[in-house]
Amino acid sequence: MIEIEQLTKKYGELVAIRDLSFKVEEGRIWGLLGPNAAGKTTTMRILTGYLPATAGRAFVAGYDVFEQTDQVKKSIGYLPENVPLYTEMTVESYLGFVAELKKVPRHRKKAAVDRAIEIAGLQSVRKRLIKNISRGYKQRTGIAQALIHNPKVIILDEPTIGLDPAQIKEIRDLIKSLKGEHTVMLSTHILAEVKEVCDGVVIINEGRLMASGSLEELARSFSENDGVYLKLDRVDREVLGVFQQLPGLKSASVEGSEIKLEWPWGQDLRTRVLKLCLEKNLEIKEMRSLAMNIEELYLRIVSGGMEQ
Amino acid sequence: MKAVWSIAKKELMTYFTSPIAYTVIAIFVLLSGFFYYSLVWWFNTQAMQMARNPYYFQQININQMVFAPLFHNLSIVLLLMLPLVSMRLFSEEKKLGTEELLFTSPVSVTQIIMGKYLASLIVLFTMLFLSAVPTFFAFVYGNPELAPYLLGYLGLFLLGAAFLGLGVFWSALTENQIVSAVLTFGTLLLFWVISWAAYSVRGFWHDVLNYLSFFEHFDGMTKGVLDTTDLVYYLSFAFFGLFLTHSVIQFRRWR
Repeated sequence: MIEIEQLTKKYGELVAIRDLSFKVEEGRIWGLLGPNAAGKTTTMRILTGYLPATAGRAFVAGYDVFEQTDQVKKSIGYLPENVPLYTEMTVESYLGFVAELKKVPRHRKKAAVDRAIEIAGLQSVRKRLIKNISRGYKQRTGIAQALIHNPKVIILDEPTIGLDPAQIKEIRDLIKSLKGEHTVMLSTHILAEVKEVCDGVVIINEGRLMASGSLEELARSFSENDGVYLKLDRVDREVLGVFQQLPGLKSASVEGSEIKLEWPWGQDLRTRVLKLCLEKNLEIKEMRSLAMNIEELYLRIVSGGMEQ
Repeated sequence: MKAVWSIAKKELMTYFTSPIAYTVIAIFVLLSGFFYYSLVWWFNTQAMQMARNPYYFQQININQMVFAPLFHNLSIVLLLMLPLVSMRLFSEEKKLGTEELLFTSPVSVTQIIMGKYLASLIVLFTMLFLSAVPTFFAFVYGNPELAPYLLGYLGLFLLGAAFLGLGVFWSALTENQIVSAVLTFGTLLLFWVISWAAYSVRGFWHDVLNYLSFFEHFDGMTKGVLDTTDLVYYLSFAFFGLFLTHSVIQFRRWR
């Protein structure tokens, strides 16, 4: 649905992105991750036809971004980082204007506005002036604007920035509800967001691709084994011996106050570990995945410069 | 064309939900009413005095004595006020970040510019039309010539259209509305007085400088003389402003 090949963008001498290539499958939610000034916004602006690229190719919904720009613009809904709102308009008239801009046929305009208002949950503020609604509603209006022409691809630049935790959750749920029908690409530097919302990520740093793939693929590429850390009411040789007999287990060891169990990728021994604990009357205080969490992964990738 | 009208409609909505359009139109109508009233009053006193002398009485002409000076006064008021109409057209989009919405929509830059320009022309038309209402009474109680009267208003409209074309250009260059208005005002004033410089040179440059001045082209129209070079001047001035706007917007994105 979204495909970028060797894309490069220079602002004069400054290279914003360099030889960037990645692909996003249809119906997925993909995160574009990277530190500030990594080139996330530039990449999105190129995809939406706002900026030209210096070199390379990009395709959205099967159309060439640089050759069939109008087709691409019709198939994309875009929420820029600064939510583009006309503060003097009401939510309803603003969405109506965007529908006209996006070439929604006149007889379907009202239905399109109603649909966007419903999806984004804006019913209670539809007649209010945008300057008088809260930050969270403004963000929702921004998302409604990106949805208005029912585009195949939705690009969201930092959709949850500046919101309070409750609002963040609402926006994330909203984004998750778009999955399947739309292909979504969102940029963020909040890692929890990626974990919660996205199927996969593209990680870029200083304009270069550092890694891309689903979260599991990335986790696999960084550690040999899957496994868990287990915190029990007691840790001793006897307990360790119990686990060592578990079939399929690669290793069991004690790390601090926790037991580390490892097994090869592809099988999941978690249930069996649980059953074993119950059988042996061991009380589980905590169990967590051995796989690197997204924070660790991100730091490894961005600082280590490991290429996928 | 539909896209142009969509944008124009939105611009008009913004003009009339904010106080800008109301203020500009109200002040313009007020000033124009004041000018008209004083000119008519002056005309009346002159007419009374001249009525004693049949020779002078033949010379008296309401078009020359009321409307020509009225158009001149209004042209200066337009110069002061139209930069305030054009200043927000692109500056505000930049400031609000809505520029990104416009330029990622399936509409062309030309359509965007034309839509905005059309909206400002409609504001100008409203200003002129409302300010003209009191002058209708001159036709009820007197017998001015219609052609020079209409030509004068056409001249004002074309003059305003040229001002707005330049204003759109400056507003595309800055996100600050005040800066945009000041630059427009300064440039307009320069084009107004450029004929002064014409006095100090001779030959070719004298003609060029004279041709460039707003004044020289407006004079004829207030006297009821329709010259195609004047029409061409205003239209090409407006066109040039819009063309530069287009170039500036494209250049910024493609550099």
